[in-house]
Amino acid sequence: MTSDAVGQPLLAGINLRKSFGPTPALDGAGLHVRAGEVVAVMGPSGSGKSTLLHCLAGILKPDSGRVLYQGSDLTELSDGQRSELRRTEFGFVFQFGQLVPELTCLENVALPLRLGGVRRREAERRATEWLDRLEVTGVAGKRPGETSGGQGQRVAVARALVTGPKVVFADEPTGALDSLNGERVMDLLVSSAKQTNAAIVLVTHEARVAAYSDREVVVRDGKSREVELAR
Amino acid sequence: MSIGHTLLGLLEGEPRHGYDLKRAYDERFGKDRPLHYGQVYATLSRLLKNGLVEVSGVEAGGGPDRKRYAITAAGVTDVATWLSTPEKPEPYLQNTLYSKVVLALMSGRDAHEVLDTQRAAHLRVMRELTRRKATGDLTDQLICDHALFHLEADLRWLELTTARLGQLAKEIS
Ligand SMILES: Nc1ncnc2c1ncn2[C@@H]1O[C@H](COP(=O)(O)OP(=O)(O)O)[C@@H](O)[C@H]1O
Ligand SMILES: [Mg+2]
Repeated sequence: MTSDAVGQPLLAGINLRKSFGPTPALDGAGLHVRAGEVVAVMGPSGSGKSTLLHCLAGILKPDSGRVLYQGSDLTELSDGQRSELRRTEFGFVFQFGQLVPELTCLENVALPLRLGGVRRREAERRATEWLDRLEVTGVAGKRPGETSGGQGQRVAVARALVTGPKVVFADEPTGALDSLNGERVMDLLVSSAKQTNAAIVLVTHEARVAAYSDREVVVRDGKSREVELAR
Repeated sequence: MSIGHTLLGLLEGEPRHGYDLKRAYDERFGKDRPLHYGQVYATLSRLLKNGLVEVSGVEAGGGPDRKRYAITAAGVTDVATWLSTPEKPEPYLQNTLYSKVVLALMSGRDAHEVLDTQRAAHLRVMRELTRRKATGDLTDQLICDHALFHLEADLRWLELTTARLGQLAKEIS
C-alpha cells in the first residue's frame, strides 16, 4: 500500500533496452510494482516513459532485458500468449482515443468482457455496475463523441477495470482534462484499484497526478531512477 | 537562501578575496539582490570560526580585503551535504534551488540528483496533502489545493531548469 509495502513484486521490468533508431528510447530502465501499489513514472517528454509502459505491458518487446509478471518472463512468450495476458490480466487507460467511436459507452465498457466470451446480458450488467461506480451511468447509451472529456475518461477507466485486472497501465490518463475532472478521474481510478488490490503503473509528467501514487520512478534519457529519502 | 553555503560553493572552485567573492555571487545569484560587503565579511568570519574556510594568503596593505579565503575539507563536506539534502518543501525556494543546481554544475557534481532528491521531498509532501484532501471537508480541500499548486509550480520550474542544464553548464564554464 505504501512504500513500506513488503512482498514480491507482481510485475518487474529489469534492465530494459529498446531502440527505434540510432538513439535508444530505453537504456537500461527498470521498474517494479506490487499488488495494490501505485507507482508513478515521471520524467520529461520523450524520456521513454511510454516505451517503458509498453514494454512492461507486453505491447512492445524490448531489445533486451526481462519483464517478469508473476514469475514468468513476458519477453519469452509468443505474441498470442502476450495478447491473451493483456486481455485477461491487464487494464489500460490512455490519454485519449481508446474508446470505439461506433459503440455506445455501455458497449465499450462491456467489450473486453465480450471478447473474453462473457454473454451479452451478463457483460452489460457488469458494465453498468462499473459505469455506476465511476458515476457516469447517465452516458451509458451515448457514443463516446457525445460525452465530455471527463465523462469519456471515466468510461475508459470503467472499461479498464471491468475485467478485474491485476495491473492497470495508465499513460497520462488526465492529460486532456482540466484540474477538477483530472482529480475526479484519479480519485476514482486509484480508489477502485485499491479496492480490488490491483497495481497501477501511472505515467504522468504532472506532479499533482503523481501525488496519487505510493512511489515514483523518474525516467530520463531512457534510464530510470528511484530516490529513497531519509525519513 | 543560504548565503553561507553559496559562498562556500563559490570558494570550492578557487580561493578568492572577499571582494571577488561578492562579485561572483552578485553576477550568478544576486542580480536582484546583490550582497552588502558587511554580509560577505560577516558570513566569511562565521565560516572561518566554524573551520569551513581558512585564510590562504594575506597581502600587504590595509582594509579587510587583503585576505584570500580558501575552502577547507570540512567546508567541502558541508557543501556536499547541503547539495544532497532536499530543502523543506515550501513556497519561494527558487533562489536556493537555483543556487544548488548552479553550484552542483560548477563543482562537477550531479545536478540531476539535486533535482530528483528535491522532487522526492516535494512529492512526499504532495502525497500527504492529496491524502488529506481525500478525507477532508471542502475547506481542507481548498487549503490543500493551494499548497499543492505551489509545490507543483516549484517542481515545474525545477524541471524546466533541468531541461536547460546543458545550456546553463555552458554558460557557467
Ligand atoms: N514507435 C516509435 N517509433 C520511433 N520512435 C519512437 C517510437 N516510440 C517512441 N519513440 C521515440 O522514443 C523516445 C521515447 O519516447 P516515449 O517513450 O514516447 O517518451 P515519453 O512517453 O516519455 O514522452 C522518443 O525519442 C520517441 O521519439
Ligand atoms: Mg508518452
